[in-house]
Amino acid sequence: MPPESLRCKECKTTYPLDARYVCERCFGPLEVAYASRADRDPAELKRRIQAGPHSLWRYGDFLPVQTPPRGTLPAGLTPLLRADQLAERLGLREVWIKNDAANPTHSFKDRVVSIALARARELGFETIACASTGNLANAVAAHAAAAGLESYVFVPHDLEEQKILATGVYGTNLVAVRGNYDDVNRLCTELSGEHEWAFVNINMRPYYAEGSKTLAFETAEQLGFELPDRVVVPIASGSLFTKIARGFEEWIELGLLEGTLPTFNGAQATGCSPVASAFEAGHEVCRPVKPDTIAKSLAIGNPADGPYALDLARRTGGSIDSVSDDEIREGIRLLAQTTGIFTETAGGVTVAVLAKLAARGDIDPSERVVAYITGEGLKTLDCARGMFETWEIEPSLSSFEAARERVVVPA
Amino acid sequence: MAVSVKIPTQLREATGGESTAEVDGSTVGEVLDSLYERYGELRSRIAEDGGLRRFVNVYVGGEDIRFLDGLDTAVEDGDEVTILPAVAGG
Repeated sequence: MPPESLRCKECKTTYPLDARYVCERCFGPLEVAYASRADRDPAELKRRIQAGPHSLWRYGDFLPVQTPPRGTLPAGLTPLLRADQLAERLGLREVWIKNDAANPTHSFKDRVVSIALARARELGFETIACASTGNLANAVAAHAAAAGLESYVFVPHDLEEQKILATGVYGTNLVAVRGNYDDVNRLCTELSGEHEWAFVNINMRPYYAEGSKTLAFETAEQLGFELPDRVVVPIASGSLFTKIARGFEEWIELGLLEGTLPTFNGAQATGCSPVASAFEAGHEVCRPVKPDTIAKSLAIGNPADGPYALDLARRTGGSIDSVSDDEIREGIRLLAQTTGIFTETAGGVTVAVLAKLAARGDIDPSERVVAYITGEGLKTLDCARGMFETWEIEPSLSSFEAARERVVVPA
Repeated sequence: MAVSVKIPTQLREATGGESTAEVDGSTVGEVLDSLYERYGELRSRIAEDGGLRRFVNVYVGGEDIRFLDGLDTAVEDGDEVTILPAVAGG
């Protein structure tokens, strides 16, 4: 079932498997099309997966790379954890957290970069690049360093300091652009036409996006080759959201999974919610917005896959909801205090939307729900400020007991 | 009004390889019409039902025209109009 061509999602025109992302006839997005694989034996496919490496390359049969690379940073196979305390708090029975902060650079972006970089090397590129809200910057810089490639990373100038530092350390060419992410993305779209570079999320985007399917594959494998009933996924461009669905669909078509697609719930921050707004208004396309939210990793005002995300939420009976910055902080706190997982703002968005759905009665208590935590709390530390009080004491027993009486055991 | 339009690589086959075009018009819509007159094939690739296809972004001076007045956005002598695919990023 090797990759066969790039195909336009809109008009179905096909192209060779090179570095391109736009249909020249209708400007629609290209995605990877695979040769028919209906004749593959599911039991044999399952054995091949289970005998594979302890990384996302165990799903190499379903990815657009000829030969899985060796010696690179191994992404994927992150924990899927049953979150009973969180479920109890929300009045639900079965909630799972897919903790993708447990990747080499602490976000799901290691997945997409792994695929894009592997394909870029097959195509002979020596320089990789990206437009990023931060997590992708970390991943591109690190994976380029590991592979010995040159890299250029373009980010908005007002990014969290942690994400800037955790990118520059890898020795990339780090470019801070005076503008928001959509400005950075526009600039990089222009640059990709002028330089022979592999921009992972522009001219390599069809391959890059395929990496997000591995989040569906892993979830299913970790559940014993079963489907969840519902997933809650953060939405920035909408690529992750739609590709998780694509992953489940491929395995259903191949007979590796039985059942139908889960209900898809998308999560956005109110300060940047073009997809949630279009969902609520019943629109098929998104009107772009100027982002203003603490969830900077989701601050894409002009989401490329917005129309497909809207379609997915509607056809699975799901929704796309948004939450305020205060709800995001509360989501971060709730996850930390019920699971021990400290997530960045995007994870706060996801947990806050999960809580909102539960409170609204959208989730039947019998459902098996998976929430995707895509990034690490240490990258957005400022959000934890003001959530708690530290007691400062003298180094004496009496000082400690007095403070404890004051703080923990109020009279 | 003479306006400079930047053509993305994906459309340069339709412009004989040209990466910019100097055309006249007082709004973005008029500018695009002038462009279609010069390069007939461009119309079917980026226009649809009198508007733009949904995966086409147009900018004036770096600002998305959907934050301005869409195709009615006024342009002035020397402005730069950029056409780009909308399917990048994320």
